[in-house]
Amino acid sequence: MRKFFNQLWKLFIQLRVFFHQLISPLWRFFHKLASPPHFYRLAATLMPWLTVPALLLITYGIYAGLFLAPPDYQQGDAFRIIYVHVPSAYLSLFAYMIMAISGAIGLIWRMKLAHAVGAAAAPLGAAFTFIALATGSIWGRPMWGTWWEWGDARLTSELILLFLYFGYMALRSSIDNTAKADKACAVLALVGVVNVLVVHFSVEWWSSLHQGQTLMKKGGPGMDADMLYPLLATILGFTFLFGALLMRRLRTEVLYRERRTRWVREMILSPEGGK
Amino acid sequence: MIVYSPERPGIIIGLVAIARRDLLLAWKRPGDILNPLFFFAMVCTLFPLAAGPSSEQLVASGPGVLWVAALLSTLLSLNSMFMSDYEDGSLDQLLVSLQPLPALVLGKTVAHWLTSGLPLVLISPLLAMTYKMSTDIFGILMLTLLLGSICLSLLGSIGAALTVGLHRGTALLSLLILPLAMPVLLLGANTVSLAAGGEPYVTGIWALAGYAVAALSLAPYAAAAALRISNE
Repeated sequence: MRKFFNQLWKLFIQLRVFFHQLISPLWRFFHKLASPPHFYRLAATLMPWLTVPALLLITYGIYAGLFLAPPDYQQGDAFRIIYVHVPSAYLSLFAYMIMAISGAIGLIWRMKLAHAVGAAAAPLGAAFTFIALATGSIWGRPMWGTWWEWGDARLTSELILLFLYFGYMALRSSIDNTAKADKACAVLALVGVVNVLVVHFSVEWWSSLHQGQTLMKKGGPGMDADMLYPLLATILGFTFLFGALLMRRLRTEVLYRERRTRWVREMILSPEGGK
Repeated sequence: MIVYSPERPGIIIGLVAIARRDLLLAWKRPGDILNPLFFFAMVCTLFPLAAGPSSEQLVASGPGVLWVAALLSTLLSLNSMFMSDYEDGSLDQLLVSLQPLPALVLGKTVAHWLTSGLPLVLISPLLAMTYKMSTDIFGILMLTLLLGSICLSLLGSIGAALTVGLHRGTALLSLLILPLAMPVLLLGANTVSLAAGGEPYVTGIWALAGYAVAALSLAPYAAAAALRISNE
């Protein structure tokens, strides 16, 4: 029996070595990515590849959505706000996920850059959440006849999400030590991400008690292709825009965090001056 | 085989010891227990004064007001959860202790709940009476408050651990904990309203119980991690 387990253990070790050889290039890439000067340059090269598609997709999506798509048979022209509202609402959650995942990476692998991603993503996520709330409320005025409807589950959970962002940013700004703030915020983001699900379900249950009339049908009517494609374009475009803004903010964040290091000093003093 | 000897005490012993110590400390300073209770009663008094004493309104708003007041008074006592230990250095002793930190944090949370959550649950029928709540739903009110205050103490332990040692503690703590506590408030207050209206309310109680169990198994770990971070 014991021999058998020894054999099994050897096999396990061999498998581990094999697996390690398989993924070690990935690890090298990961480590290289984590090096601030490397990332600083990488972000600069990525910027145009994110900005140009973002501009193209958003321009097409907004133009096609506002002028080419036919008016909705129920909502008329008012539905056109979805071309801003839906991408922002999706990004508000996407940014939170990025914050939580990068927080986990930072806590588990002690990767400082991951914490910088969280710090850079939080204000962007809060901004998109605010845009989603504002456009939703502007849409609600003609459609529901009110700026704010407590009975709607998504509106309420989005508001709670905004508060979660505020809490995250407040915690970060009240701890002076960056390393400490990073870890504390990562824990908060991870606790929050568990809670986002609970918030979603509890608010759904709550609004099903209070909502007299269902204002938007679940699933909704199937969307016309002329309406759908611009929406997909703006969703993708907003994602690219988020990526570009995140890179932009990350570059400043990295530069600020590394302000006392040699590579930053050398780069600033070099003839190109930090380009 | 696990041997329970004085050199290597078990987890439960550490948990109980820390809870006992905190309860003793609270017993020496009864103000810490009583102030949040007075606050709870005071907030419940403020609402009828501001919104008018009409019966229908009191009945309609009663569960919500009681729950909001309970949430706020729990918040009030959270700040001191790790504060005195942080100031006199015994928190460092907890951190270097051989006992697993989550168990110790759970012990502190149990003590916090016994001194802030449980008294709230016990005096809630008294205040519910002033809100003209029918006596049939006192049991449900107390049950939801019992489960809810467990959730709040556990969530609060995470927030308190994150903000221990910060100067702007209280306001920041509220900002961190209130969004997390909203589901608890929503489930608790609405379950009581449903029960008051004679509608089926069991879902809310099960959901609250589920939340409490999940928080009981996860929150001590998060709070322990947060404590380590804010004390390194």
